[in-house]
Amino acid sequence: MDTLLQQLINGLTTGSVYAVVALGYTMVYGVIQLINFAHGEVVMIGAMVAFSIITSLAGSGMPPLVIVLAGVMAAIPACMAIGYLLERAAYRPLRHAPRLAPLITAIGMSIILQHLALLAWGRNPLAFPQIIDNRVFGIGGAAISSVQIAIILLSLTMMAGLSWFVYRTRFGIAIRATAENVHVASLMGVNADRVIAATFVIGAGLGAVAGVMYGSYYGIAHYTMGFSLGLKAFSAAVLGGIGNIAGAMLGGLLLGLVEALGTGYVGEMTDLCHWPLASGILAEQCADGGNFVLFGSNYQDVFAFLMLILVLVFRPSGLLGERVSERA
Amino acid sequence: MAQALIEALNLQVHYGGIAAVKGISFVVEQNEIVCLIGANGAGKTSTLKALARMIPSSGEIHYGSERIEALPGHLLIGKGMALVPEGRGIFARLTVAENLAMGAYHRSDKAAIAGDLERVYGLLPRLKERAAQVAGTLSGGEQQMLAIGRALMGRPKLLLLDEPSMGLAPLMVEKVFEVVRTVAAEGMTILLVEQNARLALEVCSRGYVMESGLITLADTSAALLADSRVRAAYLGE
Repeated sequence: MDTLLQQLINGLTTGSVYAVVALGYTMVYGVIQLINFAHGEVVMIGAMVAFSIITSLAGSGMPPLVIVLAGVMAAIPACMAIGYLLERAAYRPLRHAPRLAPLITAIGMSIILQHLALLAWGRNPLAFPQIIDNRVFGIGGAAISSVQIAIILLSLTMMAGLSWFVYRTRFGIAIRATAENVHVASLMGVNADRVIAATFVIGAGLGAVAGVMYGSYYGIAHYTMGFSLGLKAFSAAVLGGIGNIAGAMLGGLLLGLVEALGTGYVGEMTDLCHWPLASGILAEQCADGGNFVLFGSNYQDVFAFLMLILVLVFRPSGLLGERVSERA
Repeated sequence: MAQALIEALNLQVHYGGIAAVKGISFVVEQNEIVCLIGANGAGKTSTLKALARMIPSSGEIHYGSERIEALPGHLLIGKGMALVPEGRGIFARLTVAENLAMGAYHRSDKAAIAGDLERVYGLLPRLKERAAQVAGTLSGGEQQMLAIGRALMGRPKLLLLDEPSMGLAPLMVEKVFEVVRTVAAEGMTILLVEQNARLALEVCSRGYVMESGLITLADTSAALLADSRVRAAYLGE
């Protein structure tokens, strides 16, 4: 099996999910400079809602694709409603409060949503019903499954759609204008409240689809899944330059790839038996092709956050987060 | 007498406990070019921001036949009031064309918008050359032109201009004021705020002089240009 190609495929899959989730963070941040820490939980609820719909329809005899689609179509409005409510009830009253207040509120909303999900769906991991025949195709010594293909294609389509919306439509231009200067945008007749609500709703809608994709990829949904997924997607947004839409996409894909490659190679690279100096000392363990691995693939999560730290140290504005002078 | 387009009565602006505008009254009539001159910190910008409802104020603001002091700011452009803010306030990451499109955001008459875009490009040919360029890369003067062009895209009845000469080289200031004169000649009603009193008074028919939050003088431009106090304080004579 070709490790490199395989990890690239895996990385592209998780990376595109990260990218779609990261868009939710970055759009909201771009407009109101708030890190909506509850976004990961919105994604989780998307997965949960889809899980419920798919499970309850699984025995109905409907075509599998229709069932999955029904799950997604239920998750999207549910998440959009939650996104809207979050903004309306939790963040809007704090619009002019010191920035720490909405940030702490966001963490609070994240905990509340997590526990509401705990009440609704229980504490056990839910096995995502695999109703679609997950076929695996071999390419160049690596394997790619139909779920992976679907995730990558769907994510790219959503990213292209969002780019078109934000860069080509009148309301999209208004969102970018508001992100840059809310006071001047308001002089142009832009209702800032509507733009801000829209970024929450769009981000939540994308997040819903991402939640379903993530759930079906790992075959599991759990009320805590939004936490690490959200944190990674947030890292991706920072990596690309928070507030920058293209940056979130790039950051997500890059983070997925780094994570997959890191996971794929870390065991081999930290196997002391491959190190001439150490293998002498560890002769006993290394005999007969044995190994002494320092860091195994269970260190997967380290890479995302290591990357976040490196970005924050060396390029705090992110890869695409250049600063254009706004006021002379 | 012509009809008043905008009138402020006992307008006051406070920032925390500090009064920036301490109860001023003034009027701008239909098709008039009026300027508000005064030193830095006199309250000129606060006055304009209050008119455009960007900041809270007390007192009355009559615009056309309605009172607007309770309206949210984003509705005013739809009523024909456009403010070119101090420091230009262009969207630096948007292209020149997108900035101009934002000027017409509140309108839905596509054909007329396209016509107005041609008109703005005719008035400010430099913007046409740079239409696809990100606005942050324009020079200061070009940015000021863009800010004015963007306001014109809204087809305003009243144009509020805040310090259009600020930070510009003399040659560029001349060009910007040429545009202001052209727009004025087409019949636009303008309220111009300027520190550069001579420049402002040469364009306007009437002027108000503001000093620490109060209007201290109000007269025709010719009279103000001849006034010894104005000459000493603002014209450097």
